[in-house]
Amino acid sequence: MTAEEIPDLSCRELVELASDYVDGKLTPAERTRFEMHLCCCTPCRVYLSQIQATVAAAGRLREEDLPPGSREVLLATFRDWKKSTPPDRRGLR
Amino acid sequence: LEHSEAAARPAVRTPDDPSDERDLVAALRAGDESAFLTLVERHHRSVIRIVRAQLPSEAAAEDVAQETWVGVLKGIHGFEERSSIATWILRIAVNCARSRRTRDAYLVPLAALGEGGDDGPAVDPHRFQPEGSRYAGHWLQAPEPWAEERLAAAQAGALVRQEIECLPTTQRAVITLRDVEGLESADVCAVLGITGGNQRVLLHRARSRVRAAVERLLAKGGDQ
Repeated sequence: MTAEEIPDLSCRELVELASDYVDGKLTPAERTRFEMHLCCCTPCRVYLSQIQATVAAAGRLREEDLPPGSREVLLATFRDWKKSTPPDRRGLR
Repeated sequence: LEHSEAAARPAVRTPDDPSDERDLVAALRAGDESAFLTLVERHHRSVIRIVRAQLPSEAAAEDVAQETWVGVLKGIHGFEERSSIATWILRIAVNCARSRRTRDAYLVPLAALGEGGDDGPAVDPHRFQPEGSRYAGHWLQAPEPWAEERLAAAQAGALVRQEIECLPTTQRAVITLRDVEGLESADVCAVLGITGGNQRVLLHRARSRVRAAVERLLAKGGDQ
């Protein structure tokens, strides 16, 4: 397919590619079409920034406090394992 | 022109230093308690989060997280260090959660997990100019820019979490691993046992849905 045959991307098509664009998963040709559209379309730039903001907001959830794991229980599990598993079976060679 | 995943991500998290990881694994095999506690401190929250994403009942999550650590201890001798320890631990967590789901007969039909069915477009089609019009497929009702400070507010964070929790199971698992935990796509696929293409589709649907929810929330706030 030559470049002239590639139709312009519509806004409706662009929103379906935004996630792959953010992840760098578009083919070079798709990416070029995507970026050419962005150049001249303010609403699509807004849309893309919203997808990026969504990804960033999800990333911030990682810092949220979760109920701490029952450290004591896990420690007891570990001590049992150590007692019942000879060193060679723990992977020491 | 290299468009790497790391460069595309707004918050780059550097992976754990590989030599530090090797030392931890060696220490754990030698029965070093502090190595175990270090791993728990680093990865327990991620384990809990991915287990919750896989199970309809939160009550079972803590249980399954503990099973995961038992699995880590039992399996550490066989860990071949071909993946990072984080990926390996999360894969064990996913397997434990899946066995629990089967055991407790929680297992729901595939369609309900959102694996097969079409989730619809990322944006309501009515927001674009209709077919046949001069600017078909272009915005009719364009998205309004979001004020950064409003998105950073606790309310928006809670909404994002809530919306992620409401996603179909596999979408939730993918967005949790990729965007919340910050795993690379290849590791997400390895942990969940899905293809790259599948991962992309599920992530796209999940992100689109969460974006739409935030948009609704901010629009509502604007009316007040």
